[in-house]
Amino acid sequence: MLRSIALWLEERLHLVKLFQATGGHKVPPSTNSWFYVFGSGTLLCFILQIVTGICLAFVYVPSTSQAWASLQYLNNQQFLGWFLRAVHNWGSIFMVGIMTLHLVQTFLFGAFKYPRELTWVSGCFLFLCTLGMAFTGQILRFDQDAYWGLGIGASIMGRVPFIGAELVHLMLAGSFIAGETLSRFFSLHVFVVPGLIIALLSLHLRLVLTKGINEYPKPGYVVRKESYETEYEEVIEKTGVPFVPNVIGKDLIFSGFLIVAIVTCALVFGPQGPSGPPNPTLIHTAPAPDFYFLPIYAILALLPAYMETFLLLVAPVLGIAALILLPFYSGTGEKHFRRRPMAVVIVLLAFLTVGVLAYLGTFAPWSPHMDAWSGAATPPAYVKGRTPLELRGAVLIQSKQCRNCHSLGDEGGLRGPALDTVATRLTRDQLIRQVIQGSGNMPAYGKNLHPAEVTALVAFMQTLRPSYEPEAKDSSQQANIR
Amino acid sequence: MKQASPGAAPTGAAPATGVSRRNILLKVGAGLNGLAALLIGVPLLGYVLSSFTRKSQDSWISLGPLDHFPQGETRLAVYRNPVSKPWDGDTAEVPCWVRRIEGDAFQVFAINCTHLGCPVRWFQESRLFMCPCHGGAFYEDGSHASGPPPRGLFEYQHKVESGELKVLGGHLPTLAEPL
Repeated sequence: MLRSIALWLEERLHLVKLFQATGGHKVPPSTNSWFYVFGSGTLLCFILQIVTGICLAFVYVPSTSQAWASLQYLNNQQFLGWFLRAVHNWGSIFMVGIMTLHLVQTFLFGAFKYPRELTWVSGCFLFLCTLGMAFTGQILRFDQDAYWGLGIGASIMGRVPFIGAELVHLMLAGSFIAGETLSRFFSLHVFVVPGLIIALLSLHLRLVLTKGINEYPKPGYVVRKESYETEYEEVIEKTGVPFVPNVIGKDLIFSGFLIVAIVTCALVFGPQGPSGPPNPTLIHTAPAPDFYFLPIYAILALLPAYMETFLLLVAPVLGIAALILLPFYSGTGEKHFRRRPMAVVIVLLAFLTVGVLAYLGTFAPWSPHMDAWSGAATPPAYVKGRTPLELRGAVLIQSKQCRNCHSLGDEGGLRGPALDTVATRLTRDQLIRQVIQGSGNMPAYGKNLHPAEVTALVAFMQTLRPSYEPEAKDSSQQANIR
Repeated sequence: MKQASPGAAPTGAAPATGVSRRNILLKVGAGLNGLAALLIGVPLLGYVLSSFTRKSQDSWISLGPLDHFPQGETRLAVYRNPVSKPWDGDTAEVPCWVRRIEGDAFQVFAINCTHLGCPVRWFQESRLFMCPCHGGAFYEDGSHASGPPPRGLFEYQHKVESGELKVLGGHLPTLAEPL
């Protein structure tokens, strides 16, 4: 009975042919490797995102007046809503992570070389689309961070020459961040970008079938346009094994662990946000992006202002172009990373740069601590045995909000230098000048401080040094004496 | 180029005639679909890219009576976005900083930092606006004090009319389109 149903279906759908052309296609046996599981892992994440995303869209309301409330409803009232939100969030984090591994692996294994240029190009666009999903998804979690994140996006658009104002308007779908903005981002996140991803993915997988999967590279093997395809076909003919069932095992095991990891993270850490309600009048907020955008957040604080617009608008275009065009200027030659030292250096530098920037982004030393002036305590050792004048200075250092940028006893902002040992670095005159005129990143306080207040403030700061270190001396004065 | 007249032979009688008629039909069909694509595509692009053809919708908005703003102080004021939609919710409320220097001399600043648009906060004691995102700071008159912002705070045009402070607003200020 079952057999006859199968035969009936086969007669109509030609399933055997379909299988032979897809899952059963032959691959080089060397691809049966744990390094070759990241592509299927990314695909699995994408499918998981579609399924959970559709379920979330059953409940979510893409309206600026109700999105936040519907997220609260999902978290707290909808049965298992919190779990789906958590899986969707962690699925996105894992998708970006595994996809990055896939990119690095194909880069280091020379998989982008002739004749797989289009596979690489479509993969690069898939990577960009996935980051687009991460950004638009963060906006759909419509809270304070999303609101001000849109403001940051608009401000970046506003730096584009000539058509900046129009681009801002296009991005926001209006003159302000408002109802239509969220509708626009909902449409991008749910229809436009996923549609693009599915189209690109079809191309990507089609190319895996037509041009084959990259063999495990051997040092010394050189890709030549004249001979590569014949050599690859020879390998397939002589030793090729069907992907299903011979090679898919490792993919399945990795995918299984991936799902377990995503679900575990979802169960342990729960859903992310929403943070405070997206009310622009609640200005006591310090917007911060999701972790994938922490490096960008960091670099925007650390770049000198004069190169900022260039690096914001031009550098990404150049960088992405260099990535996409890689197979066209490096399409032949050695594949193995041991014979491509620059490739290894580039990967290490990229990870180091992105890692350090993301690390800095987690505690943002460039941001003033907005509550340090009223909330951070003065270390007792710094007030012990001080004169009334110096104590007045200690109070002023709080009340004039100095500690929003300067720390004392490891509490306070990191924007300016810590003041714990300031007396060893600056003389009295230098302190007065710095306070009144400011310099570098410090505003001038001359207009906002009474001369008596400056005297008290500087008197206090002159006491800030360890007993075993001498205070700073004015070398020019001493030179004159001698 | 020789071509049989369309009426001369019935379809299929001579292969050459059939091919040429098919060609004509293909061309007419493709042309018709091209026209159809334009008929749909042009309005569609116009709809999506209306940002490039819009006109400014800025208008004068009241921030309330003058006595809401004490002399010599800087206060947060909120106005309703003049082009708001019923479904905007809280996002229709736009905050701004009003500095009353004295009498009718005012300065009204956008809340958005000129660096990347984060909300700047006023610190009365140090008489500074500070931004929580990347550490920009501005003096009480809105001029740039320190940090990455490329210019001073965005300042609204304002006027005092029948005892009320009014500002000219209607869009999110950016470097491309300040207030």
